[in-house]
Amino acid sequence: MKSYDSIIIGGGHNALVCANYLAKSGQKVLIIEALKKFGGLAVDREFFPGFRANTASALNQFSEKIASDLNLSSHGFNSKTDALKNIALDLSQNHVYINEDSVIGVSETDAQNFNQYKSLLKKFADVLKPFWLKSIPRLKNENIKDLLTFVEIGLKIRLMGKEDMREFLRVFSLPTRDLMDEFFDSDLLKAALSWDALIGSSQAPRSPNNSILTLLYRMSGKHQGHYYIPNGGIDSLIDALVSSAEEAGVEFMSETLVKEIIIENSQNGLKAIGVKTHNSEEIKADRIISGVDPKQTFINLVGAHNTEIEFSNRINRLRSNGYVAKFNLALSSLPSFMGLDSLRGRMLIAPTMDSIEFAWDDTKYGDYSQNPVLDMIVPTLFNPSMAPEGKHILSANIMYIPYQKKGGWSEEDKNELTEKIIDTISQYSTNIRDNILHSELLTPLDLETEFNLTGGHWHHGELALDQMLMMRPTYEAAQYRTPIDKLYLCSAGCHPGGGIMGAAGYNAAKEIIK
Amino acid sequence: MNNHNKFSDERLKLSPFHERQAALNVRDAWSVWNGYKFADYYYDAEYEYFCIRNTCGTYDISPMQKYLIKGKDAESMLNRMVTRDISNLAPNRITYVCWCTNEGRMIDDGTIFKIGANEYMLTCGSPNLAWLKKASFGYSSIEIEDLTDTVAAISLQGPTSFSVLDDMGIAGIENLRPFDFITIEFNNSELTISRTGFTGDLGYELWIEKNSAIALWDALYSAGENYGIQPYGETATNMARLEAGFIMPYMEFNEALKTVHFQHDQTPFELNLGWLVDFKKPIFNGRGALLTDKKNGPTYTLTKLDIEGNKPAEASYIYADEKCTKEIGYVTSAMWSPAVKANIAMAMIKTQHLDDELWVEIYYEKELRQYDKVVRCTKQKKPFWMPERAKLTPPRKY
Repeated sequence: MKSYDSIIIGGGHNALVCANYLAKSGQKVLIIEALKKFGGLAVDREFFPGFRANTASALNQFSEKIASDLNLSSHGFNSKTDALKNIALDLSQNHVYINEDSVIGVSETDAQNFNQYKSLLKKFADVLKPFWLKSIPRLKNENIKDLLTFVEIGLKIRLMGKEDMREFLRVFSLPTRDLMDEFFDSDLLKAALSWDALIGSSQAPRSPNNSILTLLYRMSGKHQGHYYIPNGGIDSLIDALVSSAEEAGVEFMSETLVKEIIIENSQNGLKAIGVKTHNSEEIKADRIISGVDPKQTFINLVGAHNTEIEFSNRINRLRSNGYVAKFNLALSSLPSFMGLDSLRGRMLIAPTMDSIEFAWDDTKYGDYSQNPVLDMIVPTLFNPSMAPEGKHILSANIMYIPYQKKGGWSEEDKNELTEKIIDTISQYSTNIRDNILHSELLTPLDLETEFNLTGGHWHHGELALDQMLMMRPTYEAAQYRTPIDKLYLCSAGCHPGGGIMGAAGYNAAKEIIK
Repeated sequence: MNNHNKFSDERLKLSPFHERQAALNVRDAWSVWNGYKFADYYYDAEYEYFCIRNTCGTYDISPMQKYLIKGKDAESMLNRMVTRDISNLAPNRITYVCWCTNEGRMIDDGTIFKIGANEYMLTCGSPNLAWLKKASFGYSSIEIEDLTDTVAAISLQGPTSFSVLDDMGIAGIENLRPFDFITIEFNNSELTISRTGFTGDLGYELWIEKNSAIALWDALYSAGENYGIQPYGETATNMARLEAGFIMPYMEFNEALKTVHFQHDQTPFELNLGWLVDFKKPIFNGRGALLTDKKNGPTYTLTKLDIEGNKPAEASYIYADEKCTKEIGYVTSAMWSPAVKANIAMAMIKTQHLDDELWVEIYYEKELRQYDKVVRCTKQKKPFWMPERAKLTPPRKY
């Protein structure tokens, strides 16, 4: 029987990043994916004959350091593309265009305040940036190097100067709405800027907690959180990660579902020694690294009985219900949107912060949003190969769509919601309905089924203060190590979290190699 | 509304034995245990204590928490919860266990009865249902039933306890070894008799469906008439258990889940219960923390003390010198022991000072005047009271 230094369960982008670093450090690595293709949520799927879409339809924060460490450009990943502008759509066609450093379509005051807003948030995002690519140590810790991480965080914040430090400490936990109201008048602008603080979470503009921190996290990307589509599409990133891993000697096993992490019991405690696949094959390794979400890892693969009582209960109570649905359209031709010359941008349908808040209110009580808010991209404008020639796809994220709908999800519900979404888009595009060849709606429940992802949650668990930093996914498993010897985590369920960033995979590899 | 029904939910619950016990509670000395009206003593605590040691007595343990745990995963769940290995426990046997938080702090202690392959009864002093539910997460085949309010239980302790049960005609009682139990039919109910107790002497505990409680009481008192049977309460129990070296919640240990201040609770090693911790088991709650505690040595160690003089060293500090300049511990329970004729105590002493001289400063009162004195203590290894008859099978018939 073959034996490996490391087996990585799950083939998402963090797992691929982790595999790359481990193989480059000399380890013999096997990576096992349940689906046919590697890439997790970033993978492209044919959702209608000839039409492909990625669930993660654009990038905004993939780590430049990882791209350069792994020399991904030599494997065909080219991130040197312009950021997509955010286009906040307006029913009366007074759209607002938001670029990295400017905004068009708002009052002079708002435009000036935008500069001030951006420079402040950029400053904050820069302060935090180094800590996303770092393990956050345990609080009770005698390791000098670990303690220095805390000192460094404190120092970085302090070195901003007294005023900025105070402002940072005030702002990062602010409800989105309060910050937006402080700076701007334009409803469209406020809603659009709120969007990236909220999407993927169970928060709306008025929710307290840490939406601004989430925004700063997203802003760590090269375009200050603006999305971009690399030449060659998202696939080019996944292909590059796979190709560079192959070059480093990583072995790939696809269409293999891991059913169990094999735990050896001895007088020395518990130790992970291998995995058991759906066809009962057992594969051994010196260490097992889970790239699937923490709930699946500890409850399904390890088994709650193999962890201590408080730990298993903490894992069970992780908040990991997703609230974003994916919506893909196969289009016979490029639709036109009223008052828009070009669709090369990320279009937002969220006219006011209240429209987002009300969308959340429906979901909060177990229904889906009766007036959903959404963002959408036409990826075929950047990567025409995703659809047959002359045809297009539209890829949208819909908020807020619950994982657990009151009474459960039915086909009728999904059809009704699909109609609602198309109606919503049709308010801005008179000909979109005529162009639709096929539509696909993936609720969080569908995402769970399709991608083996608990709760269908992008981030493998809510990215909120109670589940961040040294508490992500929960203490005793927050430094990529787990209570079980030789079992590690490398998924978005770890610090720093989700989004196509690669940091969790990178940090896990560093922790394992050290 | 009639005044009597007012706050009826707030009133103390009455034990299934209450009717008989109330009639015998000459002093109306009641306290509370887990919401039940519960006797401190009936007539005179010292008298009751002497009945435990010289004849026999009954102690109502109905308020003790009793959980029936059934299912294919019952053993696995319990074994991961408690520190001791129960996988070798035979049917009709009982084992004393404790369970801890994952930080190794003791939540409670109790006993596990193995009824059958997939059936156990857990008994303990305080409610632990919420903890059992938490501990059951992740197990698919497990059922927990709280028997506390439906099963009556009474402890029969003392040298003549066997004779009482034998005269009641209970077949096979003579073969019951310590920590064995049998189940027989009594008054059309199932009666479980275990050879267990909290006095360190010969004794039994009897468990029966609550509607048969009075019948059981009457049978015991009828058979026990010539064997000096007498109900005893909390005070006498506390005396007997201290002589036997048993720990008491809120005296020797503070239940971890109810402890607010950092490490004001205890680990089993601190309580001298290291023998209950089986590191051969690859997983149980608190394993990692307890390994560290064992390796580094517990901060405190519960120690049995023989103290000079006859003044009980209640709530006293322990010092390493006669001048009382170096405080190294505190007394948890203390009494003048009539059976041993010694001034005994249990104390938490800082482990690193265990081999120092031990002095205790005792405050006492004589007719409203306060006095204090400093006397020497000697460590005791064995329980103060451990008569051979406690373990003898078959026990002696009087």
